[in-house]
Amino acid sequence: MSAPTFLGLPTAPRGVGHLRGDDPFPVAARRALADSQLRRNLGKATRTIRAKRAAVVGELPDWEALRDAGQAIKAGALAHLDRYLEQLEEQVTARGGVVHWARDANEANEIVTSLVRGTGATEAVKVKSIVTDEIGLNDALAAAGITAHETDLAELIVQLGHDRPSHILVPAIHRNRAEIRDIFLREMGDVDPGLTDSPSALAEAARLHLRRQFLSAKVGISGANFAIAETGTLCVVESEGNGRMCLTLPDTLITVMGIEKILPTWADLGVFMQLLPRSSTGERMNPYTSMWTGVTPGDGPQQFHLVLLDNGRTAALADSEGRQALHCIRCSACLNVCPVYERVGGHAYGSVYPGPIGAVLSPMLTGVEDNASLPYASSLCGACFDACPVKIDIPSLLVHLRARHVDEVAQTRRVPSPEAVTMAAASWVMASPARFEAAQRAGRAGRLLGRSGRIRRLPPPLSAWTSARDAPRPPAQTFREWWKAEHFAGEGGRAGGVSPPSQRSRGPGAPGVVPRESGAGGRPPGEAEHGDTP
Amino acid sequence: MTARDEVLGRIRTALGGEPGGGAHPPADPSSAGYRTHGELDQAALLDLLAGRLIDYRSQVRRTEPDKLLDTVRAALAERGARRVVLPPGLDLPGLSQPGPGQSGPGQSGPGQVGTLDGVELITDGGLSAGDLDQMDGVITRAAVAIAETGTIVLDAGPGQGRRALTLIPDYHLCLIEAGQVVALVPEGVARLRPDRPLTWISGPSATSDIELERVEGVHGPRTLEVILISTID
Amino acid sequence: MRIALFVTCLADTLFPDAGRATVRLLERLGHQVEFPAAQTCCGQMHVNTGYLRDALPLVRHYVEVFESCEAIVVPSGSCTGSIRHQHAMVARRYGDEALARRAEAAAARTYELSQLLVDVLGVEDVGAYYPHRVTYHPTCHSLRLLRVGDRPLRLLRNVTGIDLVELPDADTCCGFGGTFAVKNADTSTAMLADKMRSVLDTRAEVCTAGDSSCLMHIGGGLSRLQTGTRTVHLAEILASVPQTSVPRTAVRQPSEPHPPEPHAADQAGAR
Repeated sequence: MSAPTFLGLPTAPRGVGHLRGDDPFPVAARRALADSQLRRNLGKATRTIRAKRAAVVGELPDWEALRDAGQAIKAGALAHLDRYLEQLEEQVTARGGVVHWARDANEANEIVTSLVRGTGATEAVKVKSIVTDEIGLNDALAAAGITAHETDLAELIVQLGHDRPSHILVPAIHRNRAEIRDIFLREMGDVDPGLTDSPSALAEAARLHLRRQFLSAKVGISGANFAIAETGTLCVVESEGNGRMCLTLPDTLITVMGIEKILPTWADLGVFMQLLPRSSTGERMNPYTSMWTGVTPGDGPQQFHLVLLDNGRTAALADSEGRQALHCIRCSACLNVCPVYERVGGHAYGSVYPGPIGAVLSPMLTGVEDNASLPYASSLCGACFDACPVKIDIPSLLVHLRARHVDEVAQTRRVPSPEAVTMAAASWVMASPARFEAAQRAGRAGRLLGRSGRIRRLPPPLSAWTSARDAPRPPAQTFREWWKAEHFAGEGGRAGGVSPPSQRSRGPGAPGVVPRESGAGGRPPGEAEHGDTP
Repeated sequence: MTARDEVLGRIRTALGGEPGGGAHPPADPSSAGYRTHGELDQAALLDLLAGRLIDYRSQVRRTEPDKLLDTVRAALAERGARRVVLPPGLDLPGLSQPGPGQSGPGQSGPGQVGTLDGVELITDGGLSAGDLDQMDGVITRAAVAIAETGTIVLDAGPGQGRRALTLIPDYHLCLIEAGQVVALVPEGVARLRPDRPLTWISGPSATSDIELERVEGVHGPRTLEVILISTID
Repeated sequence: MRIALFVTCLADTLFPDAGRATVRLLERLGHQVEFPAAQTCCGQMHVNTGYLRDALPLVRHYVEVFESCEAIVVPSGSCTGSIRHQHAMVARRYGDEALARRAEAAAARTYELSQLLVDVLGVEDVGAYYPHRVTYHPTCHSLRLLRVGDRPLRLLRNVTGIDLVELPDADTCCGFGGTFAVKNADTSTAMLADKMRSVLDTRAEVCTAGDSSCLMHIGGGLSRLQTGTRTVHLAEILASVPQTSVPRTAVRQPSEPHPPEPHAADQAGAR
């Protein structure tokens, strides 16, 4: 399948992996909004985690300095990405690991499949990893006759439920306990039929289900939270211990990481090991973090493969404004504070990267036109920017990608879209006060729509507004008409020039009523506001 | 062209035309504005660590160096452990001299069995994952503890052993010396050796995957107990 | 001080009461207000919908109209936010560095109303009187783009007679987002529903904010539900004084989207 390019660099190829949804965001969101159970689950979960995050972030007196440092480190890492990747490769190789490079999802899947085949294994245990979901690795392995067992509890719930993850940190956030119990009873096979829906009972069922797989696993597959160029160290942050199992017990470990996950120096971990857990799970520190460098004789896997993945990241890097989306450390803080995500959930975004960061990252990896509705899936409220531990200016990136979309559409369409025509017309009108005033006068015809003082129905596309809201009825007099009547009475008004300042200033506390404001304040007769009331 | 050369070439194209690449990470973390050194004295540091460990559901005992063995004995008795694995090089003062009711694994070869008040102490010498699954617990030391986050870090050094030891048994008893405790994460990072396999542990394994409700104990040890060793004034 | 009013195209066309109240308030505080008649629109809608090229003439127009002014007041957090944080960016995107610098200079003298009052004019008690139960919605761009913080609340707390009640989940977006409300109408409506629930939980008569656009959204929803709670711009509350305030008996019916002008209310009170 062909991939679109950005500035000549290929984006993530079509037809493989999970970066593109089947439906545009508004369509998928409408479906999600109709699911009241989903909205309850999401509302409860995001509210809980928001409070936890706020509490542990508030404990640190230097949180803003850490955010600044995190942003600077990531920017520096990307600015010299080629050098740091070569350094990482050198260090990993020197310590007994093997480094592979993958231009895209297909190539990464081929590499991993062939590595697993080389061990003779037909099964592998997996640590929760978004990047392997991005490239559709499980599907590729299955096609080669290899079963990949997800071992993170939430990923297990998703896998057993033949479902898709809907959150970066808590992929099964859209499921409640009763739904999870039903999935376990239906799919696990070896589970006690008397299983209750208490989270501890469900976690225990997962523990028992997975333990045999861990103890016999020959191949482990993981992603990486960080990779240190200076030392060749890989880092996986987790909670349950399934990561430690997968990273420690198998003979062979295969780690797939996006090239942007690199940190230049060991000391950088002092910043990121504070930023990530507090932003992600709302803990001072997550229960378990594993760090390893190449192969350690006598401890852990004796075969280590690192797959460095592009899959559209260099195309994102080429966008000098959008590049900062690659700073993302996948903490999911922006999802949890996003009013849009909270109401529609992760599936509506159609990509493994949901929420505000997904709305910028997915279009940058695929090319904007393959995810054109995502940059608009935000009210630009800015909560994500405040929550981001590496200060990614997501609202500005959304606007930037909207502009990229508008420019690309303008270049490819023979005839401008109705929206583009409207926007161009509005710009033309607004660039001239005379045209603007003429438009205001024309718009007053809208008063006819709302004899009762409000407008209940407008034609498309504004009918979307009046589906749930009344529209304001244009007033009898615009502000500028009032001002003109006040200041140019008898002069017939002047459209241009600066009006003289008001001359009626008095000291503070002076009576507020002035003679000009007696009467109807310049309203045309019969247009006092009470005249609008039926 | 190899994938390696192509990806590196794309990166250079993407960054092309930007002299020097713009931003650099601060060369010296201490100039970056965030805290790199804690202010607490040792007593306050240990109190902070103990509080943070307990907050994340670890069990904590405080003891003095000459009472360490008694404290270990009490912890194992309370746990009801019968078979416990020890990493090579775990030196418990008082345990190396076999006496009434106790014998020690000492520094000798792997697989040796000693006892402490009837608890079997088995020194790891390449036990299989299945063998480890039969153990009631593991006793280790650590490399560093970070007070502010309630984190202990194991680096597979002496008295800590390979990573699987502290992963498969359901109970982990970890011994921390006062001098190993730092206040802040950057201090901990500075003390660690990146060429060793590291395990950072903050409380027992946990999940919040079901309705964001925290459940302790999934795949790693469900009980983490920490003994803080310091000379009490 | 001479203060230029940028009333915004929305308030000019649909919510002139907010502009008139801003004039009345600043005059009462002893300042001279001028209205550069050539003003039109800041271009926020174009920028936020991705039509940055179409926004460029509007950025230039704003700069030309206002760059000679000493201080510019805007009764809108989002328009001020666009002027402060987007104008120069738009100019730079199309290679006009000279315009970008002029835009930055003009933006530096452009203030949202509560910023102007508290930071520039140094006043927190504007001598207002408003005997109603009021809740304040901070609006996203005032809160997170301009960082007005609690300035509007400080101003409101000093209003005589006001019964100011805290809005639950105040910092959550109302779901307006400009063209978002049309492009993603279902999601926007779901956000609005939650915001309205919060407003109604306060049992306030009036929901106020520093932005006519968010108030149009919340007010449009409240009006559709015929809740009896109405929306009033912050400037209108701050402009109200004992002689001109709306008597309780004259509180407008929910079928009327705009609160009355105080002078009209005087008439009503006199009737």
